[in-house]
Amino acid sequence: MDFASLLTDVLREATGPTAIAYALAAIGLNIHFGLTGLINMGQAGFMLLGAYGFAISTIAGLPLVVAFLIAIGCAVVFALILGLPTLKLRGDYLAIVTIAAAEIIRFIGRSVGLNDLTGGSQGLLGNQFKYSFEGASPFADGLVAIGPISLQMNASNSWWLRIVGWGLVALACLIVFLLLRSPWGRVLKGIREDEDAVRALGKNVYTFKLQSLVLGGVFGAVGGIVISLASSVQPDSLGRPVTFNTWTILLLGGAATVFGPVLGSILFWAALVLVRGLMRGLIPPDVLSSTEIEPLGFVLVGITLVLLIVFRPQGILGDKKELAING
Amino acid sequence: MAEPIVTDAVNPDVVAARDALRGVAHTPGVAKPTPLLVADGVRRTFGGVNAVDVEHLEVQSNVITALIGPNGAGKTTFFNLMTGFDRPDAGSWTFDGKSLAGVPASRVSKSGMVRTFQLTKALSRMTVLENMRLGARDQVGEGMGAALLRPLWRKQEKEVTEKARDLLARFKLDTKESDFAGSLSGGQRKLLEMARALMSDPTLVMLDEPMAGVNPALTQSLLGHITALRDSGTSVLFVEHDMHMVRHISDWVVVMAEGKVVAEGPPKEVMDDQAVIDAYLGSHHDTDLGDDSLLEEESVISAEAMAELEAEEEAK
Amino acid sequence: MLETAHRAASRRHRRRGLGLLPGLLLGLLLTAVVGLVAVPAGAAPAACSPDAATACIQGTLRTSAGEPAVGVTFDVEGPAGTFQGVTNDAGQWSVAVTEAGEYTVTLDETTLPAGESLRDPAANPKTVQADLGRRPGALFALGDPAAAPAPSASASSSDGAGSGDSPESPAAPEAGAASEGGASGESAAAEGSGNNRILQLVVSGLVFGLLLALASVGANLIYGTTGLSNFAHGDLVTLGGLIAFTAVRTWGLPLWSAIIIATAGGMVAGWLLDAGIFAPLRRRGVGVTQQLIVTIGLALSMINLYLVLYGASPLPIVSSISERIDLGPVSLSQQTILSVVIAGVVLAAVALVLQRTRIGRATRAVSDNPPLAAASGIKVASIIRGVWVSSAGLASLGGVLMGLYLGSTRFNFGSVLLLLMFAAITLGGLGSPLGGLLGALVIGLVVELSTLVLPNDLRYASALVILIVVLLVRPQGILGRAQRIG
Repeated sequence: MDFASLLTDVLREATGPTAIAYALAAIGLNIHFGLTGLINMGQAGFMLLGAYGFAISTIAGLPLVVAFLIAIGCAVVFALILGLPTLKLRGDYLAIVTIAAAEIIRFIGRSVGLNDLTGGSQGLLGNQFKYSFEGASPFADGLVAIGPISLQMNASNSWWLRIVGWGLVALACLIVFLLLRSPWGRVLKGIREDEDAVRALGKNVYTFKLQSLVLGGVFGAVGGIVISLASSVQPDSLGRPVTFNTWTILLLGGAATVFGPVLGSILFWAALVLVRGLMRGLIPPDVLSSTEIEPLGFVLVGITLVLLIVFRPQGILGDKKELAING
Repeated sequence: MAEPIVTDAVNPDVVAARDALRGVAHTPGVAKPTPLLVADGVRRTFGGVNAVDVEHLEVQSNVITALIGPNGAGKTTFFNLMTGFDRPDAGSWTFDGKSLAGVPASRVSKSGMVRTFQLTKALSRMTVLENMRLGARDQVGEGMGAALLRPLWRKQEKEVTEKARDLLARFKLDTKESDFAGSLSGGQRKLLEMARALMSDPTLVMLDEPMAGVNPALTQSLLGHITALRDSGTSVLFVEHDMHMVRHISDWVVVMAEGKVVAEGPPKEVMDDQAVIDAYLGSHHDTDLGDDSLLEEESVISAEAMAELEAEEEAK
Repeated sequence: MLETAHRAASRRHRRRGLGLLPGLLLGLLLTAVVGLVAVPAGAAPAACSPDAATACIQGTLRTSAGEPAVGVTFDVEGPAGTFQGVTNDAGQWSVAVTEAGEYTVTLDETTLPAGESLRDPAANPKTVQADLGRRPGALFALGDPAAAPAPSASASSSDGAGSGDSPESPAAPEAGAASEGGASGESAAAEGSGNNRILQLVVSGLVFGLLLALASVGANLIYGTTGLSNFAHGDLVTLGGLIAFTAVRTWGLPLWSAIIIATAGGMVAGWLLDAGIFAPLRRRGVGVTQQLIVTIGLALSMINLYLVLYGASPLPIVSSISERIDLGPVSLSQQTILSVVIAGVVLAAVALVLQRTRIGRATRAVSDNPPLAAASGIKVASIIRGVWVSSAGLASLGGVLMGLYLGSTRFNFGSVLLLLMFAAITLGGLGSPLGGLLGALVIGLVVELSTLVLPNDLRYASALVILIVVLLVRPQGILGRAQRIG
């Protein structure tokens, strides 16, 4: 087997749009869970809404910035719809309602009735809405090789998308860093520990939780835009497994840390590509066909998640001392 | 156990309030000279059982009032109702002249009535200092937008931190300020919770069993803090099972049983009242009223669990 | 109906020892159970397997009656050239392309079986995006354009999607199975007059609700005793269906013994999960949120393991067409009646055990207050072990019966139902078994009756909307108790 090309694949995936999108989604989930203790099981719903919002408004002819803002607006509205009724209830309800709501978005998106708008279960093809983003690139078109990776400058899975994507990730990290050390972040952490105590100190817990849900959801939506710009908007590719992967990424990197989600996402995709590549290369195809290797990769993801919780619940960047304390 | 605390109050308001209380009749629901908290017809039922059914109760300002009663008497539920953590089925109440019925817990706290909890709610995975800072009110940096711009709140944060350090020093927790709150002992957590509540300069502090689970070595200083609190002008209402504490530091005692206020008066008189002893102890007359720690928390839960279980049965 | 639809699905038997897997599957004790029972009989779609240089554009076509449409020709045109695919006797076709890009798929209507036509002629041709290493589906539905969407149409679409067209979501075809699921097999029988249709839908809804209640009661018990929302519960439901499928179709055992084996298999899985994972976590004081995430990891592993072992196609547990029996204005299949009777008896037994026996009372005591229960001499750990065992056993049994009712089971069968089960127990009030039954019946009725006003593919969405609406009005659920603070 060809290790050099496998390692190139790993590098390409670990720095690619998928890793970027999941990093953004995990940063959002970090605000929900790591900072506020909200169990959002519907991050994929925010991503899907972001992707739809961006794609549909671009197809409708709106400029890039407006489409981006509409995508964010969709996430804000979705967060409010979810949060207003459920954030007053116990935590489990939020988990169930968010996962249900994300599925509702997906069911509606793929329903035959909305074929004209969302493309039904086929989704929206990238070529229908990528032009405004690709057109905004200051770089000349063409194939550009940097190190072992050779990509189009502007089209689809491009250098341009990576530049913008990592820029967004950096911005998100900066925002989280600033918020973490602010009094606002302090209230969120207090809510994570014990919301009744925070309420007793005169903070309107409900408002803070709502703000947290909205902000984290917006990062999810931005992640959704990135993933849709790399390929297409496909409702079934933004289902429950995406949320589960995002959780794995967050816990792998370390919740309540600034760079945990980013590191988690890079490692997650690198490891997945590496493991799949090794299995493809080392296991003869008549024993395991390539279609079976993909789900096997996810079997490993699931096991990793279990082992993480059991053996290193604080993740790679988390503070063991902090987690050792059982509130 | 503990020697009586010397409570020679220096605050003239406290002296005046105590003097005024001397003239008050020792009957349940009696009017107080300058009441801070007034409850009327407050009722809360759990599965058909009246957990709280208070016809009228006034809590005098500038003194320490103890709320006692057997387990399941509805003391904690009453606290929850007053502070907005639970909704009553009926009733109204005012604090400092303003109606608080239906007001959410955070706004109750903002209006100056701050509570602590029976099972301490120290925010474990935050440092002691962060716990304290959280208690301060009206922080600019608690706005999501302002949080991103440090210059907007840097000065206030400094003031809050100074105040927090002062209070921590007063409660002898200053050496712990960068420890996680979760690493403190039970008694230290109680102190932290109380200190945190004081960050907002409350008018009335409501303490739910401040002594429960506290190391006897810390008891004395805790009692000192509570009386000091009163002497600095804060009114105190507390629920307690430790009868020594009730005797020694309270100026007025309210007795609840089966959700109702059954007796009121100065500590000595109330605790010698045979009706109170009967209500309080039921058949266990051989138990020392001053050592109530025998009654474990489990039995409270069990009474409520039974009530709920029955209610559930009825529903079927 | 669905039974017939899946009867002829081709099955290429692939026998595989699990010798390779253990190294990969450390920590997943459940593997052992699956490994023992699984001699997979997955129906791989026609011979094309995508790899780094190949994409398989494919689909499955069924007639409006649900039979595979054989010999239909597809023309595929795109960057890699022009190709042609023909459906095999399972109605499946595929075309291998070696270059990524957009392909136009045209169904040659002249090759359709006699009397068949496209339900939506405007949807032909279709454009699909083919990325290398994927299986993009090009799906067409046959049937009368004017009629309500026939179940066969959605079944066909689910097959195509079931091949999975995205590496991010091996479980993506959930919604496909969702539309395949539901009680369409029953409701389709009464396309006739309005009243009759409503009655049939009500009956279907109640049947579906009852089976949903059986499948979900275990999750409710776990929640009640440990406070844990078990996201792997759906995959325990799937486990039952898969075991029964293997027992009947591979080992040739009679159905009744398959039901028993599946239930026992579920109980073993429940024992392993608690003894191997959750009991140690509880002993170490790991929080419920962390445990919840462990169940997510388990769910992810289990569903993908099923996919590897059984493939993505629907797996009918029983091959024969079940006779329909008319009961007044409605008609039900024999399998359905069998399922309903078993579910009713088992649910009644569960209620009786909880209400009347020592163990049941002890379980309820643990639900109410574990420390108090422990203080009164109840062995909380063994009660919880028992709850896990019976929870998983009931889930497995529910999986078999649901599979019988809906005609087939599938690798993601239970995980599709998971949200409906959560919805049912949340509606009823978390931790209240009787409430769970009521909640499940409500969900069943909503799922079925929503088809009167909403498109078929939004039936599950409607149930989830109802869940959110009810939580708005009554957060503690139908029979739940309000929480006490402080």
